[in-house]
Amino acid sequence: MIKHLRSAADLDAETATLILDTAGEMAALAGREVKKLPTLRGRTVVNLFYEDSTRTRISFEAAAKRLSADVINFSAKGSSVSKGESLKDTALTLQAMGADAVVIRHPASGAPHRLASWVDGSVINAGDGTHEHPTQALLDAYTMRSRLGRLDGLNVAIVGDVLHSRVARSNVLLLSTLGARVTLVGPPTLIPIDVAAALQPGLKVSYDLDSVLPDADVVMMLRVQTERMQDSYFPSAREYSRRYGLDAPRMRKLPEHAIVMHPGPMNRGMEIAPEVADSSRSTIVEQVANGVSARMAVLYLLLGGKA
Amino acid sequence: MASLRDTHIGTAPGKTVLSASDLHRVVDRIAHQILEKTSGATGTVLLGIPTRGVPLARRLAARIHAFEGIDVPVGALDITLYRDDLRLHATRALGKTEIPGDGIDGRRVILVDDVLFSGRTVRAALDALSDVGRPSSVQLAVLVDRGHRELPIRADYVGKNIPTAQSESVRVSLAETDDGVDEVRLSGSEDPR
Repeated sequence: MIKHLRSAADLDAETATLILDTAGEMAALAGREVKKLPTLRGRTVVNLFYEDSTRTRISFEAAAKRLSADVINFSAKGSSVSKGESLKDTALTLQAMGADAVVIRHPASGAPHRLASWVDGSVINAGDGTHEHPTQALLDAYTMRSRLGRLDGLNVAIVGDVLHSRVARSNVLLLSTLGARVTLVGPPTLIPIDVAAALQPGLKVSYDLDSVLPDADVVMMLRVQTERMQDSYFPSAREYSRRYGLDAPRMRKLPEHAIVMHPGPMNRGMEIAPEVADSSRSTIVEQVANGVSARMAVLYLLLGGKA
Repeated sequence: MASLRDTHIGTAPGKTVLSASDLHRVVDRIAHQILEKTSGATGTVLLGIPTRGVPLARRLAARIHAFEGIDVPVGALDITLYRDDLRLHATRALGKTEIPGDGIDGRRVILVDDVLFSGRTVRAALDALSDVGRPSSVQLAVLVDRGHRELPIRADYVGKNIPTAQSESVRVSLAETDDGVDEVRLSGSEDPR
């Protein structure tokens, strides 16, 4: 088993499948009266969050607690970091406290890679800059597999701000490893052609959502990051929504079995219409539940065995 | 080298302690003993411990059905997440846990495993079971008891007692999990008796 999960590229098909299978068993356990397992008793998991992220942090916290690990939440606000402590010094502090795993969310791409060279424990990337968010990709892949029964040969359209999306990047890497065919969809300003080519050779790119929908098994809508709005990647929110938003008429172009995903938090009425988000095709709530199972699987497989 | 390897094909090392027909008779006997000891297997659930406890539990249920026409619920209880030796080995893949639809609350659970050795697997199974529900009682059925217990645990139904040395290994093969072969072999003794 691998020691760290810094990138979805750390996972070969065999390891990724093992994580998804393990997540399936973890999900089955979630239906029981006693959800807690003794597996990681005595292990310490530190949630080191330099960016606000309620859903990812509580998902990791729930996953670690269900496996009986001790969880320490360390957020940059109101901590030594706001007094100017460097990542390295913070890492050494965590090391001295005996952290068996550090779950890190950081605005700088590559921070988890640096951290992994400073601590003895496992490092799990919970989102670094515009780089990667591998556990999100794992929970997305798990959701697709449980809804559609397979990943190999699936047509997956990832729609929106690919340029700034770590979710998109990790999904492209993981889904390609597992045999799905990914098409990136969005305005040309948000899918620079060299970025797509560097990410995965032969990756398909389309600037026309309507032409992609009839062949899609999965449509993954990315959040429009409102903090990017003033950067003029697209003329107006309204125009973006008209061209790349998934509304009910567009949803009807999808095949019968196709599902709609969104990593959340979503902007209803912007990239996704409320009637789509609340439809039976939408897996948005499932993704949250699956997130805990996928993260339990990662924690178990990284920390469960011999160190 | 090639010829050396060839001699091993079809003849696994060690000696056969239960042949296919012995194994079938042993399973039949345990099924009868379960019927006898549980007054017709009422309120009973069979839970196999992966990997080989699961097909054994299914076989027991099938034999009980053949003898008395009773359907005993069968499931699987994976104990990996409850093991006390996780840190001593590389991470293990999980097995399947399948609890029969009506659950185990208030029922007599019979845990089924292939080999009873240190007793640690059964200890873990008892912990796992208490997280699933509250059975009225728990019993243990094993195909082989090879001794060397490290915990105060004993089986209620034993297919065969096989005295072994610590260094030996007992290998159970079942048609469902091991390429269609039913047998129990004993091998790897450093001082053959």
